[in-house]
Amino acid sequence: MDLLTPEFLTALLAAGIVSGVPLLFASLGETFAEQAGILNVGLEGIMLTGAFVAFMVALATGDHWFGLLGGAVAGMAVSLIMVVFCVRLGLDQIVVGIAIVLCAEGATSVLHDIWYSATYPRLPVVPDFRVPFLSELPILGGSLFSQPLIVYVGVAIVAVSAWAIRRTRWGLELRAAGERPDSLDAAGVSVVRTRTIAQLLCGALAGVGGAYLALVGAGTFVPFVTNGMGFIAIVIAMLARGRPWWSVLGGLLFGISLSMATALQLIGVQIPVDVVQMLPFISVIVVLVVFVRDSRLPSALGMPYLRGSR
Amino acid sequence: MAEILPAAPGMSTAGTTVPAVELSAITKAFPGVIANDRISLQAMHGEVLCLLGENGAGKSTLMSILSGLYQPDSGTIAVDGREVAITSPRTGRELGIGMVYQHLSLIPTLTVLENLMLGSNPGVVLDETAALARLTELSETLGVHVDPTARIGSLALGQQQHIEIIKALWKGSKVLILDEPTSMLTPQGIAELQKVLLGLKTAGLAIIFITHKLHEAIAIGDRVSILKQGRVVGSLGPEDLRGMTAADVQARIVHIMFGDDGGQVAGIAELREGFDPVRARRADRSGTPVILELSAITAPGARGQHGITDASFAVREGEILGIAGVDGNGQRALAEVIAGQRKATAGEIRFAGEPITTLSVSQRQRLGLRYVTDDRLHEGVLGRYPVSINLVLKRIGDAPFWRRGAIDRTAINATARELIREFDIRTPSTDTSIGKLSGGNIQKALLARELSFDPRVVVFNKPTHGLDVRTINMVRERIRALAARGVGVIVISTDLDELIDLSDRVAVLFEGRIAGILDNGPDAATRIGELLVGVESAAAAA
Amino acid sequence: MTQQTPGVSPGTEPLDLVESNPGRAEAWVGRLAFTLGPILLAFITCGILLAILGRDPIAFYRDILTGGVLRASGLQDSITRMVPILLIGAGLIVAFRASLWNLGADGQYLLAVAFVAGVGPSVVTAMPPVLGWIVLALGAVAIGAAWTIIPGVLKARYGLNEIVTTLMMSFIGVGIANLLVKGPFKGDQMVPQTGVIPADGMLWDLAGTTIHVGVIVALVVVLIVHVVLTRTSFGTRLDVLGANPRAAVHLGIDVPRLIVVAFMVSGGLIGLAAATDILGTFGYMRADWNPAYGLKVVPLVFLARLNILSLIPLAAFFGVLSIGGDYATRLAHLPNDFILLFVGLMLLFMIVTQYISARRARRDPTLPRRRSAAREATA
Repeated sequence: MDLLTPEFLTALLAAGIVSGVPLLFASLGETFAEQAGILNVGLEGIMLTGAFVAFMVALATGDHWFGLLGGAVAGMAVSLIMVVFCVRLGLDQIVVGIAIVLCAEGATSVLHDIWYSATYPRLPVVPDFRVPFLSELPILGGSLFSQPLIVYVGVAIVAVSAWAIRRTRWGLELRAAGERPDSLDAAGVSVVRTRTIAQLLCGALAGVGGAYLALVGAGTFVPFVTNGMGFIAIVIAMLARGRPWWSVLGGLLFGISLSMATALQLIGVQIPVDVVQMLPFISVIVVLVVFVRDSRLPSALGMPYLRGSR
Repeated sequence: MAEILPAAPGMSTAGTTVPAVELSAITKAFPGVIANDRISLQAMHGEVLCLLGENGAGKSTLMSILSGLYQPDSGTIAVDGREVAITSPRTGRELGIGMVYQHLSLIPTLTVLENLMLGSNPGVVLDETAALARLTELSETLGVHVDPTARIGSLALGQQQHIEIIKALWKGSKVLILDEPTSMLTPQGIAELQKVLLGLKTAGLAIIFITHKLHEAIAIGDRVSILKQGRVVGSLGPEDLRGMTAADVQARIVHIMFGDDGGQVAGIAELREGFDPVRARRADRSGTPVILELSAITAPGARGQHGITDASFAVREGEILGIAGVDGNGQRALAEVIAGQRKATAGEIRFAGEPITTLSVSQRQRLGLRYVTDDRLHEGVLGRYPVSINLVLKRIGDAPFWRRGAIDRTAINATARELIREFDIRTPSTDTSIGKLSGGNIQKALLARELSFDPRVVVFNKPTHGLDVRTINMVRERIRALAARGVGVIVISTDLDELIDLSDRVAVLFEGRIAGILDNGPDAATRIGELLVGVESAAAAA
Repeated sequence: MTQQTPGVSPGTEPLDLVESNPGRAEAWVGRLAFTLGPILLAFITCGILLAILGRDPIAFYRDILTGGVLRASGLQDSITRMVPILLIGAGLIVAFRASLWNLGADGQYLLAVAFVAGVGPSVVTAMPPVLGWIVLALGAVAIGAAWTIIPGVLKARYGLNEIVTTLMMSFIGVGIANLLVKGPFKGDQMVPQTGVIPADGMLWDLAGTTIHVGVIVALVVVLIVHVVLTRTSFGTRLDVLGANPRAAVHLGIDVPRLIVVAFMVSGGLIGLAAATDILGTFGYMRADWNPAYGLKVVPLVFLARLNILSLIPLAAFFGVLSIGGDYATRLAHLPNDFILLFVGLMLLFMIVTQYISARRARRDPTLPRRRSAAREATA
């Protein structure tokens, strides 16, 4: 069948990675937040803000690394809202998350319209980093091993995160904060501080995810460019159950489903855009149903911690 | 011997000894109540100080102050003679005060070693080698064996408590505080704990033991201080305790606690150990019909908890069947499968001869099967809702409270007022949020709800847990009155004294199975203890 | 994912059963402040942002007023815009009162819209209009309800987090709606849209206005919903489920069934909103059209403290904000997504004012009585 030609598979994998990297970053960030007991419904808004700021910075400086940095900082700034309202004041995480999404959508759309709708600037293409030797391999070489450098940085971050969660003091405190915050408090560790760090980390990573989407994926910013990716990242994090490598897997799988259209067009199969856009969401529902018994969320997820409120 | 404490100041045999911990005029108030009222106490090295008081006397608040969770409004704390301010749990631990809470503070999904390293690991990376070494040291001192890689959730409660003690002693402690440590233990577990405490005493630790059980305080304490309504109302030092018999001590303490009312409340099981033949209940009910029967019932446990496997027993009308066992051995599963909240995967339940295994919760309620849950605040009532609404929550949609679908608040309030009067529920009004009432009054409201409207079988889960003595008395009287009316009663309790006081027969629950059903009698406690020990050893050997 | 989703936060729970003395003047002032405060703060903040962006805030707000109220056509449009807001808001209230996060309103709405717009033209010409409207409305309600079944059942049987499932279904629903409009429901024109319902098949207008009778229908329906929620046993069961699902099981409520029913009622009301919009206002659906009410209405619903009577004036306010906002943003050369920012800020401010009032309530001014008695004893 035409489907299994090397060209198609390479294109599919390459496009899948491009689409999947934002999910990788965002779901890794959400993993940190969820392990600490925070449910970030506003992730979509954080990614969107990261995308916009990255676009702005990259356009102004001409350097996509500054753009990525800008995305990270913007993501952290938006996360501060969650930190102040939810972690420190104990207000409802979901309501604040919805507010973040609304504000981010509104703000980025307005600013984009004011500054860029006249010119619709595009960014130069971000160069690929071709891994020596490995990038000569068939199929995998052209896709997996020829990606912008940030992708490999991302994978390295995943590796470090996996190690950190299991083997460092902070990782232990993180898991405790999500399971039994009162036990963590009794052990003399600040629950608020642990959750704050987790949330800011989540913001930075999600911001980078959004930035990648704008800089590499789309090459520009359009309002609502994330189109539900933030919500998919939440699901990936839930399924990952605190194991960062699953962010990579999940990102790749959903990324491939997102990029099916592009790949299929190459072999002349025309599938309506709407169907293709629905695929990731349908996959999520299917995966959720199949693995419904398998997932375990931290017990204190979504619950604010207020000392002495027993 | 491991370094539990660096030196042993205050252990001089001659001259004055400096207390390990001294509280002077500690006062702490919350809106509407003074929890601690100018409390002064001394805990000496190498001694066990028992803090005795009923629920609500202020013990927990005091312990929270000592451990750094609360700050006192006034008064001072001195550790080894030096005045200190315990501003957080971390400070408390640095000062050498180790705390073992009543509700275990370990994290079930993490391993033993991870729990011990939490909050204690000096560097960025977890240093398992050092932690293992320290664990070995301390477990030797305690005389227990611990598997560092086991997940806490898989350990028995007694073992978890040993880990809690180890954690409390981790950084080197001068003082160990135990908050109601025996409430979750088997008789064997209690004996082990006493051994452990003896070892720690010899090592020079000062131990503060909080309890509401008089016989425990007398058995374990070198020094007993009695707390009542936030104040220290009396103290018995080692000199006092040495000269008196156990009975004398008990009488003296009862007098201190209750004054002239002593006689009235002396009948509370907490104050006595043993079976009182005067209050014996007839165990022979072969003539009366069986109202509830379980046959080979199996139901799954919730995450980490035991379910029920192959349970069979029958309850007759007017009989009180006690279910004994350590917490977490399937009590909740049993209660919920009878109530209908949990589905049985095997077996049958019969109510007055008719099978009800597939009936829903509300259908069983209508038949007269009631369940008084132990989780008052989070399952039994809706805290923010008024007392009046809570009293009719199991009758949503029924007349006269809902007429043709519409709510009738007048009718609800009328019934509420009646029930409030009948059950002596202390509440400012029928509209007060029930969460604002004391634990005792919430329990009375739960009783009012479950025991009205023709109950025929009532399951009580830990009905007197956390209540003050007077309410405990009242609840037990109601249970007896219920049985006297011909209602079949099941009382699930971790308090053996209570079960012996109330039950006609006692079933022993161990790891989800009924290990045996015994008639109540003079040596019931011993026999039940033996049964528990027997199945425990058999399980350990397996 | 067998995890109980955290319930609606304290302070946003419905007051009907909890409030003991609803007649106290003090309480009413407090509630008014609670509702108006966030709106005021949002106006001020947006005003500052407008100034930073180089627009005149006073002129902007004046334009909202002009566009939404002062112009006759604007006022009528605002009232018309209120209709879907009311029904969708009511749908969200039904779900939120049970602590069920129905965040899939967009998908439920658009699928029903596609249906009504797709088959509407044929239906209204094949039978008397009123009958046609009833048939289409029932169909829309059924579709809206049907689209909640999957998330509802997944939550009821497996405890699967409904935030995620309703959101996913929403995106899928939007996609299917677009496919239908571009495919089987496509009209005769070249453009990707459905056929248009002929003028005499559209809902009648109220005498002398451009406001269609859907507004009457909406008001009647939400008032009925209000009575059901506050006075019937069904409403009580919903509240109990929302307050504490564990207690609900213990109290004998059939929780799985109630979850599914609550979701379906919620979806049904949203479907009805779609029917009134198509039959009264639009008459057709263009592909890739999405008013995205799903998130926008959430702040209103919380501001109304999940109470339908409070929702009515807030829906009217949002109608004005929406129509007036279209007008004002056009004049100010801003995209009307600016309203998203306003509404989001409103929600943030609401949660802050809720926090402040909760803090104030916790601080009990009564002095401990025992202390004074003890002092007397020792004096």
